[in-house]
Amino acid sequence: MKQKNMISGKIAAYPHIVWTVLFIVLPLLFVAYFAFTTPDGAFTFENIFALGDHKVTFILSVSLSLIATLCCFIVGYPLAFLMARARPKNQKMLITLLMLPMWTNLLIRTYSMMALMDDAGIINGILTALDVGAVRMIGTKTAVVFGMAYDFFPYMVLPIYTAICKIDNSVLEAASDLGGNPIQVMTKVIFPLSSSGIVSGITMVFVPSISTFYISQKLGGGTFDLLGDAIERQFQNVSTYNVGAAMSLVMMVLVLLSLWFMNRFTDGTEGGTAG
Amino acid sequence: MKTISKVYMTLIFLILYIPIIVLILFSFNNTGNTGSFTGFSLYWYKELFASPDTFNALKNTLILALSASVIATILGTAASVGIGKFKSKAIRNGVLSVTNVPMMNPDIVTGISMMLLFVLVGGLLQADEKLGFWTILIAHITFCLPYVILSVRPRVLGLNRSLSEAAMDLGCTPVSAFFKVELPAIMPGIISGFIMAFTLSLDDFVISYFTTGNDFQTLPLLIYSMTKKEVTPDIYALSSLMIGAVLILLILSNIAEAKGRGKAAETPAEMAERKGFI
Repeated sequence: MKQKNMISGKIAAYPHIVWTVLFIVLPLLFVAYFAFTTPDGAFTFENIFALGDHKVTFILSVSLSLIATLCCFIVGYPLAFLMARARPKNQKMLITLLMLPMWTNLLIRTYSMMALMDDAGIINGILTALDVGAVRMIGTKTAVVFGMAYDFFPYMVLPIYTAICKIDNSVLEAASDLGGNPIQVMTKVIFPLSSSGIVSGITMVFVPSISTFYISQKLGGGTFDLLGDAIERQFQNVSTYNVGAAMSLVMMVLVLLSLWFMNRFTDGTEGGTAG
Repeated sequence: MKTISKVYMTLIFLILYIPIIVLILFSFNNTGNTGSFTGFSLYWYKELFASPDTFNALKNTLILALSASVIATILGTAASVGIGKFKSKAIRNGVLSVTNVPMMNPDIVTGISMMLLFVLVGGLLQADEKLGFWTILIAHITFCLPYVILSVRPRVLGLNRSLSEAAMDLGCTPVSAFFKVELPAIMPGIISGFIMAFTLSLDDFVISYFTTGNDFQTLPLLIYSMTKKEVTPDIYALSSLMIGAVLILLILSNIAEAKGRGKAAETPAEMAERKGFI
């Protein structure tokens, strides 16, 4: 009887296994295939070498995403801490407040940012009314960083908040009983114990930031390219699929490597949680 | 200290909400002016509802989200149950890691990889339209699967084996033991996995962008194509309606939870963990 259950049980997983092979493994193999072939199908390293032309884009993407991630962390960690220390009744309300923007579509959030910063937008409307004169915000790198940080901010706060909530209060009491001042308790106890949340938060902000093409298109005003824009552009036209595939491959390897590295950093206790 | 922390929180939430509030406010503007509010009107909402594209996109979004989440929930639940029956740990971990790839990979890479597959297979089949409803459906099912498994598998691991063994000793077949004993026990995981899959599918833009064709447009794709042109307040109107829908859903789910679980059943931290890792 039990043996029969074992067999029937395994069968339940087969459709899923077939599905993952067909629609996860196979597509990624295609990306690799395209990355190493010419449009005619001949093997080549040229696409990878061609990435040298996009060096500036790579560096710009990585640096803007890192700055956005850092801003989210600096602003978000204190918020997460304060939320975790708020009264339980207020906590629920605060989290709902944080989640509403998160559940709002990314395009809408970016678009609302654009409505504020546009040349004919609200901020400039107010500035003109005050006779200060309009300021150009769209098209600057600051606008893009601000957009990234705004769009992905809740993804930084929530995991850190969860990690801080999980810290046992008696640990904190013990730390101060043993002579730790509030700053020591913060840096030596709370901070290390929330590291898993910090790592999740950083990856959940960094990964979508580095791969975005919508934010840079809208808030960057098309004045400069980020990695996502460059990839998206290659896939507008069949003849450049191969270069696009090479860029995607490099991006994927970069992201998966950094995830792996980050997970080792937290002793691998948390699974991948990037959004 | 108390005051500083209150000011800090208020300030951040203000920054978080000002763009959204401004967007909603300007959707009621009576002119196409996006810089100053000249008067209240519902003009842009009328304009929006006059366009057949809006309803078409709404219908497509709902059909897609519902079919993708139902299929992903069935596949993912079956997988969560079946995967534990493999004796080899390597197979179990291997399958689970591969399943998680779309969750960790940047969306743009997932979208592109699937588009390449669809275009190539479509080329082999000599299809006229290589991308459309079926390709976007496959893509949505694929990126929803890891989230379904993530919420169902812990329930399966927490099952008490002796209960289904008892059911079988009492004459149940393994299949009916599964449906009568195990399935009800893992149901909460299945439901939250389904809701997660549904919301993810509703919200997705990047993967949809690469895997859909000209004849199948969802709401996020409609917003994208609208914003490609110049800024007009009808996009504000559409966005405001979508924010309103999210707000209502959020309130409803909070009420349902408070009723279903009893008030103290779940701490805010647990709620954040369950909902946050979308």
